[in-house]
Amino acid sequence: MYSDKVFEHFRNPRNVGEIKDADGVGTVGNPVCGDLMTIYIKVENDRIKDIKFQTFGCAAAIATSSMATELAKGKTLKEALEITRDVVAEALGGLPKQKMHCSNLAADALRRAIVDYLRKNGKFDKIKELGLEKELEKMEKGETDDHGEYCEA
Amino acid sequence: MPYFDYASGSPVDERVIEAMLPYMKQHYGNPSSVHSYGFEARKAVEEAREKVLSLVNGKNGDIIFTSGATEANNLAVIGYALRNARRGKHVMVSAVEHMSVINPAKFLQKQGFEVEFIPVNKYGEVDIGFIEERLRDDTILVSVQHANNEIGTIQPIVEISKVMENADAALHVDATASLGKIEVDTESLKVDMMTLSSNDIHGPRGVGGLFVKEGVRLQPIILGGGQERGLRSGTENVAAIVGFGVAAEIAKKEWKGDAEKMERLRDRIIENVLKIEESYLNGHPKKRLPNNVNVRFSYIEGESIILSLDMEGIQASTGSACSSKTLQPSHVLIACGLKHEEAHGSLLLTLGKYNTDEDVDKLLNVLPGVVERLRMMSPLYKAKRG
Repeated sequence: MYSDKVFEHFRNPRNVGEIKDADGVGTVGNPVCGDLMTIYIKVENDRIKDIKFQTFGCAAAIATSSMATELAKGKTLKEALEITRDVVAEALGGLPKQKMHCSNLAADALRRAIVDYLRKNGKFDKIKELGLEKELEKMEKGETDDHGEYCEA
Repeated sequence: MPYFDYASGSPVDERVIEAMLPYMKQHYGNPSSVHSYGFEARKAVEEAREKVLSLVNGKNGDIIFTSGATEANNLAVIGYALRNARRGKHVMVSAVEHMSVINPAKFLQKQGFEVEFIPVNKYGEVDIGFIEERLRDDTILVSVQHANNEIGTIQPIVEISKVMENADAALHVDATASLGKIEVDTESLKVDMMTLSSNDIHGPRGVGGLFVKEGVRLQPIILGGGQERGLRSGTENVAAIVGFGVAAEIAKKEWKGDAEKMERLRDRIIENVLKIEESYLNGHPKKRLPNNVNVRFSYIEGESIILSLDMEGIQASTGSACSSKTLQPSHVLIACGLKHEEAHGSLLLTLGKYNTDEDVDKLLNVLPGVVERLRMMSPLYKAKRG
């Protein structure tokens, strides 16, 4: 089922919680589908100074949140954007196939937290530079990230 | 052992194992063989059949041994419908049946049968009025479980039989979850077919049976050498059948005492677990199997709950989509009217005769902390708290 690394992060998740005065907040998922996560970031000099998460979901959802925050901490925004779903899954020693789509959303939440930080600070040129216009558009429309064919909601 | 997943898998009773061993070592003959080894095996199979029949008061019928409850349900639904199709093509099955009834019913739909799913109320009890209203001259089969395997709700089978008294349709009852937990009597329930499982009464896996009342005609769904009255081909799994028989014999003598104990433990669990804030009982509060606890907790997800419990040495189950192969939440909880997000937070505990008060102590010690820890991680809980 799950790798030892997934169990380890599920048992001792890193960076759980909320940052009250966060510079950027990203939420993806849908409780109807069984996964919802929020990532909070503090940014200083283009670097992720602090990061925390809150997740409703299965062990994979919690472990991927934990791993994504661990990978992102201290990275520049550009570096943090290189943390994709696949990167998170690989760092956890792989995920069961059916969990790759529905529970591996942390990278998307991180991406949204970064976009949120940039838009709040009027850095739209940076959004363009990093190729995040589409993400911004989705967020402005209030679209939640989809679970694709795996969830009817 | 604080193992609370008996409906998924149960230990085989030591006495059953002892009885089975000779049929793997010395008495390995084929029951169809015409020599002393064969006669011996045949005798063992027939004795087991009598024991299983005796457990369910099946004096007016027979047992067809199958590979388990799933095959018995397939044989009942598909086998009965195919054989009786010329009388009609209307079939009703309840919305909370096991998938081994639901999926055969959907298969029948594809074969041109008209299948209706009987709705249930919020406790999971089938709507008898629906059956009464929809029963027609061309209705050939109604399938309703004796009790639900997930939420423990006991179905009003006697009342359903009464409604069907003057109809031509056969009544199939899946008694997998109820056998050994409550009274299971084919006569008083007036069933035409009944599915029985071995492992659920601490017999071996890989064997089950379909009780078939005299006069009920079936089309076999496994064809071959004509074993089991021509209704289930394949060389009999003699050792497993012997084990099922002995398990039935033990259950007949001991089930009442076991059920009383389980019911007491069940009530202890329910009473204390519901003290956790925003926890709710799934299934009927009274008409409930003595070994079933199904609760749901707001703001958290079931797979996380059962993995957290497992880390503390406690085994349980959930109706959450996240733990299922299909990634769909339990169709039973959805049929009871729960929203998807509510079904995700369900915890299913099924007790067995080996559970003790110490097991329950351990569970009650650990569970509140598990729920609290997961809630502290959940954005839904935070949003609620503000």
